[in-house]
Amino acid sequence: MADLLEVNDLHTQFFTRDGVVHAVDGVSFSLAAGETLGLVGESGCGKSVTALSLMRLIPQPPGKITEGSIVFDGQDVLKMDDDDIRGIRGNNVAMIFQDPMTSLNPVLTISRQISEALELHLKMDKGEARKRTIELLELVGIPSAKKRVDDYPHQFSGGMRQRVMIAMALSCNPKLILADEPTTALDVTIQAQILDLLKNLAREFRTAFILITHDLGVVAGMTQRIHVMYAGRIVEKADTGELFANPKMPYTWGLLRSIPRLDERRKEKLIPIEGLPPDLIAPPTGCRFEPRCQYRRDICREKEPELAAVPNAKPDHEARCWGTQNVPGGGWLVATDWRREVGDTSVIEEIRRGDDTAAAGE
Amino acid sequence: MLQYTIRRILLIIPTLFFVALITFTLAKMAPGSPFDKNPDKPPSQATIDRWNRYYGLDKPVAEQFAMWLGNVARFDFGVSITRQRPVADIIGQGFPTTAQLGLQALFLSLAVALPLGIVSALRQNTIVDYASLFFATIGTTIPSFVIAIFFIYIFGVGLRLLPFVGWGTPQHMIMPTVILSLGSAAFLTRITRASMLEAVRQDYVRTARSKGLREQVVIVGHVLKNALIPVATVVGPAAAALITGSFIIETIFSVPGIGREYIRSIVALDYPVIMATTLLYAFFIVVANLTVDLVYGMLDPRIKVGK
Repeated sequence: MADLLEVNDLHTQFFTRDGVVHAVDGVSFSLAAGETLGLVGESGCGKSVTALSLMRLIPQPPGKITEGSIVFDGQDVLKMDDDDIRGIRGNNVAMIFQDPMTSLNPVLTISRQISEALELHLKMDKGEARKRTIELLELVGIPSAKKRVDDYPHQFSGGMRQRVMIAMALSCNPKLILADEPTTALDVTIQAQILDLLKNLAREFRTAFILITHDLGVVAGMTQRIHVMYAGRIVEKADTGELFANPKMPYTWGLLRSIPRLDERRKEKLIPIEGLPPDLIAPPTGCRFEPRCQYRRDICREKEPELAAVPNAKPDHEARCWGTQNVPGGGWLVATDWRREVGDTSVIEEIRRGDDTAAAGE
Repeated sequence: MLQYTIRRILLIIPTLFFVALITFTLAKMAPGSPFDKNPDKPPSQATIDRWNRYYGLDKPVAEQFAMWLGNVARFDFGVSITRQRPVADIIGQGFPTTAQLGLQALFLSLAVALPLGIVSALRQNTIVDYASLFFATIGTTIPSFVIAIFFIYIFGVGLRLLPFVGWGTPQHMIMPTVILSLGSAAFLTRITRASMLEAVRQDYVRTARSKGLREQVVIVGHVLKNALIPVATVVGPAAAALITGSFIIETIFSVPGIGREYIRSIVALDYPVIMATTLLYAFFIVVANLTVDLVYGMLDPRIKVGK
């Protein structure tokens, strides 16, 4: 199947006074037409920068895409001239941003802000664009759209503004929508509505989308696949079902442990991941998660693992972890049930020291 | 909106009343009298008494104020004590020149400041930006009368390009207008630049770019309107300051405006002229502020004017 989007070894860096920040450091993934992908990780892991890189919206300077390729619909985005990339933005690839309170221009009407793209890309005249704008607002569930089309953003609530953003993103029937934390700024009940809306409309129009979030709970019912990012790299790739049923990378476990579960009988304590993501000016030379990882062994500090297939899992399940890779000195996490030792540090200690204990027992 | 405007216009009356009251009190508190300004040939006490009676200066201050107020209500601003001419004549003669000078300076400073501020924000930390910073620093730090003297020396005396005494031909207007506009042009350039830099960083600008708009459309359609809101706030007072604050320039270039009358009247304690000119200046500041508030409501839909 011809891929809609093929990202290969993407490096985006920010040149700051303190040094070069390797915000995205060798990210590769692909997306088929109509496919949905979740990009998950803590703040500062390079998710948003990845999305902005795809549209070449990295502020430059200080940012720069230094390496790699982004092939969208058969064309290399990074080799396009400015006119060509503008022809794709808003037209073939659209973006929904995190904060609907600040992402809409406060002094322009909603009608103006949506029509703009229609007039530009679909060559509509003002009347047609206005009609289409009203249709789009109805589509995303804005009540009495005909009356509200001439309102200004401040006359809408947060959830309604995000609907407007979705209408704007959908306006030119893009092949790909990048949704960067679209519900983070909204309250929880509105979050669900907005996610449903996004999912249903994307399905209806067969639009592929990449949903970026720090919240695994958000992507659960939303996307077909999930890529977990950490410190500028993808650390685990899997189908959504597989990732939740059989997560492999200790970082993913950490993310899962920090979201509450409604189906848990006992009220489990949420366990945060200790520490902070590494400084991306000088990231660790070994596994980037090693300093925070409860299961680390010496090999983790010495050499960085590649993203590799996980044994005992679906074939397209990959993880960047020595513990899951059958190499000399690795593979100690292949059979670990991550749920078993939640909160029980002695079990974690046992796994970590696994080889020593085994040797002592003989 | 209309209701709000009317209310604001009506509010001008009490504002001007208090300005008049304070000015009157201060002027009366100043030592001396209009008749003791010639120490070589002081008039006799009898003459002074007669003049005081003639101008009503022998009455209690409160009564004087009430009389003055009553006359002003009939648009009678009285007669200049030291010049023996109706105040309305003096103002009618000088004010058009002052207003013209002020408005020219205002338009010139906007014409310079807006493009310069916008360009230096868009080309931040380039030679253009530094040049505009240099200009703005000079304009705000060196007082206009110092620059005026340089200009007169270079363009008037040295190169003999421009006349520097009097008013009338366009050539006469160039130097006073340019020098008067310098301070506000410098100030407005900095405000425009700062406000542009603030606006281009906003999330909605990224949204606009993500729609595939061309950079010019992003700047003109999305950034500019937001960036000009803070600028509009300061243009009002700046305009009032230009129209009312030109007396130094008028004196240096012998411009027959009202500013010179203002200074003269204060030195001579010519009460009717002090009152009339102060009131006129106050009126302009009030009108400028009102205009800004109304324009503000048009620029920024989040601000609801009137209720």
